[in-house]
Amino acid sequence: MSEETTTGLSHNKLAMWVFLGSECLLFGALISTYLLYRNKFYDGPAPGDIFDIPFTSVSSFVLLMSSLTMVLALSALQKGDIRNNRLWLLTTALLGAVFIGGQVYEFTTFIREGLGYTTSPFSSAFFTLTGFHGVHVSLGIVMIMSLLISSYRGKLTKKNTETVEIIGLYWHFVDVVWIIIFTVIYLVPNPTS
Amino acid sequence: MSTSETTTEDHEHPSDQKYMQIALLLAVITAAEVATYFVHIGAALIPTLMVMMVVKFFIVAAWFMHLRFDSKMFTRFFVTGIVLAVSVYFIFLTIFEFWTKG
Repeated sequence: MSEETTTGLSHNKLAMWVFLGSECLLFGALISTYLLYRNKFYDGPAPGDIFDIPFTSVSSFVLLMSSLTMVLALSALQKGDIRNNRLWLLTTALLGAVFIGGQVYEFTTFIREGLGYTTSPFSSAFFTLTGFHGVHVSLGIVMIMSLLISSYRGKLTKKNTETVEIIGLYWHFVDVVWIIIFTVIYLVPNPTS
Repeated sequence: MSTSETTTEDHEHPSDQKYMQIALLLAVITAAEVATYFVHIGAALIPTLMVMMVVKFFIVAAWFMHLRFDSKMFTRFFVTGIVLAVSVYFIFLTIFEFWTKG
């Protein structure tokens, strides 16, 4: 439903963009801290010893494709296609869950290999950065599941496309943050490891 | 102060086919990124990875987040956050001699 605003723009959508702008500062702080500490692994495992690039590449691809399913969910709702909207929302949530499952597997593998949260400044910075991102993905899954529940209760119709679009913005933001993390943390080689 | 109705549903979004083409392009760039892990390209590695990362970032923001089609006001808020974050943390990393001592 349209609302009257002084800018002609939706307040909810504008608020989401302002929030995402502020999130750039949060993730900027976490990435910068990681960059400062990435060489400080002391006696613990070094990044090059423990990162499993093929495995993380698959996880990254899964998260990237979840952005596609999210826009397809929005597109379906804009056309009034409730069935496909539910299908794509469910697919997005499942892809997000696969990504989180991969992260849990990665964390447990690292811990088994001797890289705990307090092992070194590198490990603390790594777990804090990727953990914060994982929490964001998990919150996104909760929001998408709440959209699905609303849909099955008959409350998510073509009139509410903006709600799906706003949650979609959050989901895509989580994806773009991972695009940066994947390159800077995993693919750029560490000079001392 | 004058008011006007929201225009969020006024803009045209791309077709599903276009979204799939964009996703395919993103998948190809990701495959190229991962390939750099297996194929040694020397000093060109970091600049190449940075370019591919920035291209992917802007493709997702422009097409999937609809910044290309939405009001410029949304772009301004997001870009302000990015510019602020990059500036602040560039200075932060410079103070801690990251660029010279790694």
